[in-house]
Formats: sequence, structure tokens, C-alpha cells
Amino acid sequence: MTTLVPPQELAEVTAEPAVRRRERRPRRRRRAGLGWLRRWVSPLLILAAWQVLSSAGILTEDVLASPLQILATATELLADGTLQSATATSIGRVLSGFLIGATAGLVLAVVAGLSRIGEDAVDPPMQMLRTLPHFGLIPLFIVWMGIGETPKIALIAMGVAFPLYLNTFAGIRSVDRKFLEAAHTLNLTRRQRLRHVIAPGALPQALVGLRQSLGVAWLSLIVAETVSADAGLGYLINDAREFLKTDVIVVGLAVYSLLGLLTDTLVRLIERKALAWRS
Amino acid sequence: MALMTRNPRHQTPRPNRTDATEDGTGRSVATVTELHRSFGTTHVLRGLDLEIRGGEFVALLGRSGSGKSTLLRSLAGLDPASPRELTVHGAVSVAFQEPRLLPWRTVEDNVALALANGPLRRIRREHARRSLDEVGLTEKRDAWPLSLSGGQAQRVSLARALVSKPNLLLLDEPFSALDALTRIEMHRLVVALWKRHRPGVLLVTHDVDEALALADRVLVLDQGQVAAQWSLAVPRGRRNGDPQISAIRTHVLEALGVDAGTRNPRTERPTESGAA
Repeated sequence: MTTLVPPQELAEVTAEPAVRRRERRPRRRRRAGLGWLRRWVSPLLILAAWQVLSSAGILTEDVLASPLQILATATELLADGTLQSATATSIGRVLSGFLIGATAGLVLAVVAGLSRIGEDAVDPPMQMLRTLPHFGLIPLFIVWMGIGETPKIALIAMGVAFPLYLNTFAGIRSVDRKFLEAAHTLNLTRRQRLRHVIAPGALPQALVGLRQSLGVAWLSLIVAETVSADAGLGYLINDAREFLKTDVIVVGLAVYSLLGLLTDTLVRLIERKALAWRS
Repeated sequence: MALMTRNPRHQTPRPNRTDATEDGTGRSVATVTELHRSFGTTHVLRGLDLEIRGGEFVALLGRSGSGKSTLLRSLAGLDPASPRELTVHGAVSVAFQEPRLLPWRTVEDNVALALANGPLRRIRREHARRSLDEVGLTEKRDAWPLSLSGGQAQRVSLARALVSKPNLLLLDEPFSALDALTRIEMHRLVVALWKRHRPGVLLVTHDVDEALALADRVLVLDQGQVAAQWSLAVPRGRRNGDPQISAIRTHVLEALGVDAGTRNPRTERPTESGAA
């Protein structure tokens, strides 16, 4: 054993790998940047081919409008405010459904996660219900609630509640008992343990659930609006279908995917901020 | 298994305390009388008696399964015990084998958390910084625990244990996962901190030489009881090669069931046949 190595030298030796890692990082980032550019090539080529086929008259407008036509329609729909009001209606539905479903999912997960009785009461029915494909409930929802806003919001809420419940419940249960014991020896109260140990410990898994549930929320919205709607993006698309206006349909679809992308990015940002300790 | 319950057994396993009236040096900080502890049909502690005085550094040795950890958990309040069996006077802190720092709180917040029920936020912060300063990690106060080395994390754990000025400090093999050099540094640090704060210390360890280097008193636990104990009169730092300490070392190894000729306390008992 080389006990004669002075502590400073030891520190240098252990510090070396970290320095090397820091040097390597920018190089990897540069390569990633190039790859990002390269990945744009084929989508742009497909877009160009699409435009060429449309301009040549091979791809007719009642099958699929040309990219330029779609762009023009989007500008038009934005100019007269149709797109904004339809989007606002759809966002409103998702927001209400998400808030109701997320609240239910979170509350149930906390009840089941924090107590044995809660688990026995909540978890079995939740596990049974989760196997139901929730889109299959649409006929029942229509029977119960008609075809207004309520069944749409209910469908979204159903879709949101389950992934959030399952992940948050699993997150609470996965909190390491050793941390709870440490909290106990620090004399933390029940509330403090919740705040400092259980909540942050369950957060990573809960955020996974949040991302899943937001994805399901948008999907549920699209399904609900396609089934029946008198306003919103789904109405815009259904109305366009009647007149074979494929350009409007594609604009509607593009807004759907943009909204999905937006919420996903939002959760990613929350993750990066809230889970900074993991890096 | 529920994480939090209202079951009173989970709410009050804290050792029964009396308030410390003075700084407590020389007074008993923990009294264990006839402590029995069993899991199912396995009796882990069978009428254990132990007293730890304020400012006293006690090392507890024993084979795996001798009940060391069980005793420590009882003293830490993690397992229930009746006031007749176990009394801790004043505050008790624990440094575990794994530092158990909350990874989602900064180093400073981890230390300050030990004072969560105490003074104002600003004062908690001040105390936490002072405590981190004592273990030489001031510059790491805003770091995430996962970015620390094993030795650094263990030092933060010590800072967290000491920031609440405990009368009894329980050390549960805190150095066993560290490399040999870091362990030597940690030994020095623990002795320095102990001299400054003077809590009663109970160090649970597998390492006979560690126990002999640090403690005032060495206990050997066997079959749920204190089988033997020695007081070490030789001052720390002059123990290496001291004949008195060497003699005690031989006795300790014997009490642990190790052939006195071997250097490794983890060697099997002579009565157990098998490969080395």
C-alpha cells in the first residue's frame, strides 16, 4: 500500500478523468449538430417530391393538396381567425379534461401510495379499469352524456387519469426506505417527510406519467372530436372532409401535432429543471 | 408495505428521552437495560445491557448477526423499545454506512434539514455552513450529492449528524465502503469532530483495528449480549505498536472467535471447518 502519496497528488489523480471528460464533450456536441442538419435532408426531399407530384397533376387536390396550397390555406385560416378559434376550443377541452383527470389520478395515487388501506381500496379497481380500452367507452359515454362537451372532456379525463395514477403510485412506492429512515432519524415530521423525501423521490416517475398522460390527452381529443363536434379543430377537419378540402384537413392535423409537440417540450423542460440533481 | 402509516408503532419508535439539562459530559447519554429483540423465532438481542456516557467514544464489534445493527437501530429510534429497556438522554444522530443524503437536495440543504424543526431558515443555513466548514466541504455546499465522491458524501453525512449538536452520535460502519486512504482521513476527522463537540459516540464496525484506534472503550457483542469489553487507557496516536493495545487486540480477536494468530478478523472460527 502506497501510504506515502500526499493527499494533493491523490486529488490530482482522481481529478484527471473528470477533466478529460469535460474536454471530450464539445467534440461530441459538434458531431451531434452535424447529424441534426443531416437529418433534415430526407424530409425536405420528400416535401419537394410531394410538391413536384402535385404541380405535375399526378397528385390531385381531392386526394392530397400540395404543400404550397396547404401553406396558403393555413395563412388564410389564420387571417380570418378560424384556425385560432378552433384551436382555442380544442385546447379548452384538453385543458378541462386534463385538469380533471390529472387531479383524480394524482389524488388516487397519493391515497394508494401513502397508506395500506388506501392501496387496498383504490388499487384493485384502478388496475381492473385500466385494462379497459378507454376509447371503447365512447358509446357508453354518449348514452350517458349525449354528444355535447361533457363526453369529450370525460374521455380525455379518463385517458389522463390512468397513466398518471399508475406512474405516481409506482413512484411513491419506489422511494428508498433508507431515505425515510434517515428522515426519521432527523426527526422530520410526517409533513416534512412528504415534502422532502416522498414527493421529490416520486417525482421522476410521476413526470414520466405526466408525459404519457399528455400524449393520451391529445389522442383522446382527436378521437372525441372526430366522433362528433360542432366546434374546434375536429369540426374544422370534419367539415373540410365533406367538401374534400384536403388542405384544411392537413392544416388541422398539423396543429394537432404541433400542440402535442408543445406540451411534450414543456414537460421536458420541467424535467430538466426539476430533475437537475440526477445529472 | 406502506411507506407512511398512522400506526402508533411507526409513529413513536423514537427512544424515550429526557431533556438534557447540561452539556452532559460524563453523564449517561444512553442506558440500555435488559434489551430483548427478536424477529420471528430468531432472538437477536438477549438481555443486552449498555451504558454510554457523554463524551465517551465506544466501539462495538461483533460478527455478522451478533445484533450490532439491531442495537444501533433501537438506539436510533428506528425500532421500537420500551422506556424500561432503553433511554436516550437528549438528541441522537446517525451516520449510516451509505451516507443516505437526499439526492434531490443540495449538500447544504441536506445538512440544514437536520434542523428542520429548529431555528429560522437563515440561522439553519448558517449552522449548516459552519458544519460543512468543519468537515472541509464549504465549496461543495451547492453541489448535488450524486456528484460527490464516497468520502465527501460521508463527510456531509457527518456534518448533517453533528449540526443538531447531538448528545449521542451513532456511527453505523460509516467508513467500511471507503478506500483505505480516505478511511484514514475520515478517522482523523471523526476524532477531531468528536473532540470539538464531545458527544457520546457509538461506532459499530467490523474493523478491529479501527475500533482500537478510535475508541475509549471496545465492546464485543456475541449472541445478543455484550460478551466482553476493554477500556483503552493509551492515548490515541500512540496506540500503534503499543504492547497494551496489542494484548487487547489479541483478546478482542479471541472474543470474536478468531484465531489470535491471524490478522484478519473476518477469518472463520477455528471450530468451523472449511476453506480459508
